[in-house]
Amino acid sequence: MNYLLPLQAQTNTHTMIWNPSKECMSRDEMMALQSKRLRKIVNYVYHNVQFYRNKMQVMDLRPDDIHTIEDIQKLPFTTKQDLRDNYPFGLQAAPNSEIVRIHASSGTTGKPTIVGYTRKDIGVWSEVFARCLSSFGVTRDDIFSVAYGYGLFTGGLGAHYGVEQLGATVVPTSTGNTEKHIRLLQDLGITGIACTPSYALYLAETMEKLGITKDDIHLRIGAFGAEPWTDKMRAEIEERLGLKAYNIYGLSEVTGPGVSYECEVQHGSHINEDHFFPELIDSKTLQPVGDGEVGELVFTTLSKEGMPLLRYRTKDLTTLTHGQCACGRTNVRMGRIMGRSDDMLIIRGINVFPSQIESVILSLEEFAPQYMIIVDRQGLLDTIKVQVELRPEFFVDDFPAMERKKKLLIEKLRSVLSISAQVDLLPPGSIERSQGKGNHVIDNRKLV
Amino acid sequence: MTIQQLSVFVENKSGAMLNILNLLKVEGIQLLAVNIADTVEYGIFRIICSEPSKAYKLLQEAGISVTLTDVFAIELDDKVGELARVLEIFHNESISITYLYSFLLNGKGIMIFRTADSDRTREIVILNKLKFIAERDLYSLV
Repeated sequence: MNYLLPLQAQTNTHTMIWNPSKECMSRDEMMALQSKRLRKIVNYVYHNVQFYRNKMQVMDLRPDDIHTIEDIQKLPFTTKQDLRDNYPFGLQAAPNSEIVRIHASSGTTGKPTIVGYTRKDIGVWSEVFARCLSSFGVTRDDIFSVAYGYGLFTGGLGAHYGVEQLGATVVPTSTGNTEKHIRLLQDLGITGIACTPSYALYLAETMEKLGITKDDIHLRIGAFGAEPWTDKMRAEIEERLGLKAYNIYGLSEVTGPGVSYECEVQHGSHINEDHFFPELIDSKTLQPVGDGEVGELVFTTLSKEGMPLLRYRTKDLTTLTHGQCACGRTNVRMGRIMGRSDDMLIIRGINVFPSQIESVILSLEEFAPQYMIIVDRQGLLDTIKVQVELRPEFFVDDFPAMERKKKLLIEKLRSVLSISAQVDLLPPGSIERSQGKGNHVIDNRKLV
Repeated sequence: MTIQQLSVFVENKSGAMLNILNLLKVEGIQLLAVNIADTVEYGIFRIICSEPSKAYKLLQEAGISVTLTDVFAIELDDKVGELARVLEIFHNESISITYLYSFLLNGKGIMIFRTADSDRTREIVILNKLKFIAERDLYSLV
């Protein structure tokens, strides 16, 4: 057997289109494929998910009413609240015997969002992630470090399977242990990395502290996502790590990272629309919004078996651009995430809802219901600080006892949010009371 | 042997102590000593004053986090090495001082402190013939 690739392939430095038959389809072919898959998925959820059958019956809608992809507008929306109401398995369409993996993301009330994957779902996810990597220029010759958190979060395992699917070498470094990571970057000659943009900057910072420069490592490609970032951050990451930085987008409800990806043109992120059909809507009227206009991104999973979703409202605000890209791909591109249509915060790649923090505070009798959340980017990492008022009857003239009360809240927040928050313990009346529905969040991060 | 101290929970912010002191002033409460210990975001403001019970009620009614704390008060001669001598006694008995502050009143040094073990502290004060001050004596010195 000959494992050697032809010389030309070994030295190829141009980016390759992983699956041209899907990434470069004509619009007519794509719509025909999407229509076929939509008919199938609607029929599938109607017969396997009571939630969707009920919703469609209330709307007097039958699977036969869906003919083409344009009929998608007849279908009901799905929201994060629906996922919560049907926790844990209510929206699962496949029987448990077919589910091979479960991921979970944070929910607003301490209830996580559960997503089950069949073997085929994992295969699709690996395939779309491989398309992303290939678009970034990753090849089988690359050694790729996955520095997203491994675990319930979709980032780690999602990227891991994508790298293996592509055939590059995966190094599952996960997060934390940054010094060992830097050592491996040097010793193994790692050429690619997937992580959050803020972790990339933290990595650069740690390298500088250790006296290691970008010339001592061999990174050439970075796949960054899971949190909003700016062109300024991109330039800084590229400069400090000596690599080319690409955006990758995804959300666990839909599959995880790999829903969309940049190409070498870096003019928006191509959506894997043969699997995840995007719509852009006005968050208030729920009516479609045209190319170039800002709207809320909505996804329908066209091929998912485990937990297929119809018209899932991501709450992410962006734009869509159809038409062929200079890279040759024809799949639709989404712009930068410009914000959220709800109050969700993304801190170090983790979704945090103010209501989660509120429910933790309210569950502890020591604290008054007033609170303030202050988000910042200090140096390179997102920080989150929660200011709370200690009720008068719990004040004691004893610093260690006061610090224990603070620690109790920090621990509870950590277990619910999966990230550590700083806590400011304050006397009653310190936090400004707002009229009516209070704004509890100050986000000092400059992202635009 | 012990006297009552007001302990007030304050935000570490300009004007926080002033608000407390103004409330006490209005009711004619006289201060003998104050001390502030702070962390990054909050502090504990400790006050020795006339009529501590009245002051406590007053602050509590104003919605302020306040407690009355029993603290030891010992009279020291105003001379070099006196505080060190007394602290050595406690150190030799393995009693840790939680906090301590001092002030001068009519030419006498007054040392206010708290320890982790009040009963043992009481014994040591008596056995070593340290001169403790009762509340009524303290205010009569004013």
